[in-house]
Amino acid sequence: EKSKSSFFSKFNKAIAGKSKVDDDVLDNLEEVLVTSDVGVETTLKVIERIEARVARDKYLGTQELNQILREEIAALLSETNSGDATDFSINSVHKPYVIMVVGVNGVGKTTTIGKLAYQFKKQGYSVVLGAADTFRAAAIDQLQIWADRVGVPIVKQYMGSDPASVAFDTLQSAVNQNADVVIIDTAGRLHNKVNLMNELTKIKRVMQKVVPDAPQEVLLVLDGSTGQNAFEQAKHFTAATEVNALAVTKLDGTAKGGVVIGISDQFQIPVKYIGVGEGIEQLQVFNKFEFVDSFFK
Amino acid sequence: MFSNLSDKLDKALHVLKGHGSITEVNVAETLKEVRRALLDADVNFKIAKEFTTTVKEKALGQNVLTTLQPGQLMVKIVKDELTALMGGDAEGINLSGNPSVILMSGLQGSGKTTFSGKLANYLKNKKTKKPLLVACDVYRPAAIDQLHVVGGQIGVEVFSDRDNKNPVAIAQAGIAHAKANGYNVVIIDTAGRLAVDEVMMNEISNIHKAIQPQETLFVVDAMTGQDAVNTAKAFNDVLNFDGVILTKLDGDTRGGAALSIKSVVNKPIKFIGTGEKMEAIDVFYPSRMADRILGMGDVVSLVERA
Ligand SMILES: Nc1nc2c(ncn2[C@@H]2O[C@H](COP(=O)(O)OP(=O)(O)OP(=O)(O)O)[C@@H](O)[C@H]2O)c(=O)[nH]1
Ligand SMILES: Nc1nc2c(ncn2[C@@H]2O[C@H](COP(=O)(O)OP(=O)(O)OP(=O)(O)O)[C@@H](O)[C@H]2O)c(=O)[nH]1
Ligand SMILES: [Mg+2]
Ligand SMILES: [Mg+2]
Repeated sequence: EKSKSSFFSKFNKAIAGKSKVDDDVLDNLEEVLVTSDVGVETTLKVIERIEARVARDKYLGTQELNQILREEIAALLSETNSGDATDFSINSVHKPYVIMVVGVNGVGKTTTIGKLAYQFKKQGYSVVLGAADTFRAAAIDQLQIWADRVGVPIVKQYMGSDPASVAFDTLQSAVNQNADVVIIDTAGRLHNKVNLMNELTKIKRVMQKVVPDAPQEVLLVLDGSTGQNAFEQAKHFTAATEVNALAVTKLDGTAKGGVVIGISDQFQIPVKYIGVGEGIEQLQVFNKFEFVDSFFK
Repeated sequence: MFSNLSDKLDKALHVLKGHGSITEVNVAETLKEVRRALLDADVNFKIAKEFTTTVKEKALGQNVLTTLQPGQLMVKIVKDELTALMGGDAEGINLSGNPSVILMSGLQGSGKTTFSGKLANYLKNKKTKKPLLVACDVYRPAAIDQLHVVGGQIGVEVFSDRDNKNPVAIAQAGIAHAKANGYNVVIIDTAGRLAVDEVMMNEISNIHKAIQPQETLFVVDAMTGQDAVNTAKAFNDVLNFDGVILTKLDGDTRGGAALSIKSVVNKPIKFIGTGEKMEAIDVFYPSRMADRILGMGDVVSLVERA
């Protein structure tokens, strides 16, 4: 993964020829973290922690810095249990297990749903998709193509139909079929649009008429190349729908995905999945050790 | 969130009051605040650094107007500099060809297909053109359907060939169709692609060479973070594009990517997208963008009135 090895090479360049952590090294570290979209606040936090350890341990070589950084970043991720899951399994106490997928426009919601359905089906679960994006041009056709690719049923109405009604139908159909997993696609929406955010709350409420504790999972999809606005997205989608899982997409690009660290630090939401391409198999369960390792290997 | 930049700058510059001019020492803290504001707005790290150096040079020795808070003067210097950097010759769209061919490019999900529709609608209604949309995304599920729905919404014809998997051939056939049927603008929608995807970058380079568009546009999501510079540079290296389209500015992103991209490729930002509807297109105003990046439109207009 090119994106991450370049983080490492940058970082190595930063500390090359130095045996001790000094202001220069810390400045360079700041650059590496900020240019990875970690965010100024979290970057300063990491740097402060390292400064504190330099002060405490008196001597800190740049070799150890590598190790400490890895620990500090893993610690930020651990606070939210990010990467605790190891495979695409679901909590089978819930049947159906309902996943509602939300996020701003174009981040990769529909694609992630297709990939997820594929993984769940591979695990032997029966999956139903709900086409509750009734707004975006050809959004329903797009999800239909994914449903066909994976070979799972889809519940849909028409462009312009009430999304809550589609979600309701989907859950009812899933209950009738005794399905294991339901994944509801929703239209992309910017989090500062109050009406559209209220619509999400409504979809959620209507689903609960069929399955009282649905949705078990509200998955917020974030584009890995998004900058600091991802924090606002996490905040507002959580307020509207109680987001309890994150997926970060497009990490096959040059964006460093450092936003994951910042968000894990500031919100108690675990990162569950990462998207690494447009193909059906290009979704991975987020593994914080691999993620951190790939930064510093 | 950052509407208090000016307060912070005032505080940082409080030593300045009564001194009458900005000096190296009292400006340092201020520049740190400016830099932080820029980074929080997703301006690229290196560009933010260069920018604060420029601002410092401009600020040193300036007389502080007695009617203003020193922080506000700094803000004004910063804002003017930002505006100047993002501005420059915004020439609009080159429509000199017959037909004029416009090629869209950009990352996945940036807003190319939506903007293709918006531009067609704009040229049809505002410039009395007869545009044709051409569907060259042969990869994304339902991409062709999406463009047809968009075309239907604005009453613009869409050229597509579902049996053809070669975007170069489709683009050429689309242009031929336009010539034969009296369309004077052709807008080519392409698949989203990553700058590091060599095969896909070669593909768009081949489309570009084959059709020689009058206008090549790079469409970028205004929420993009630090990576904006890498992507813009990579696309520009391959396409030498003519202008940038900044989408999704109806959100609350500060949009520092605008400054980063302009700095790294020095191409004009021609239009912005401000919504999902076909009418949500606007020309780019550098001064508004500067306010937005600084998160402080009100304060700046206050300074301007003073
Ligand atoms: N390279 C790459 N592209 C991706 C990834 N995930 C999604 N995409 C692409 O991103 C674009 C947008 O994906 P969609 O799934 O349509 O996004 P969405 O969030 O459903 O979009 P809206 O419904 O319009 O809000 C498509 O071109 C996808 O193929 C990923 O992990 N890597
Ligand atoms: N709010 C808002 N949404 C926008 C804007 N422009 C595009 N979108 C939305 O962003 C999402 C992606 O837009 P598309 O036009 O499909 O993007 P694309 O670049 O063609 O995507 P790919 O073909 O998959 O690479 C859709 O949900 C659009 O409705 C905008 O200016 N504001
Ligand atoms: Mg979608
Ligand atoms: Mg498209």
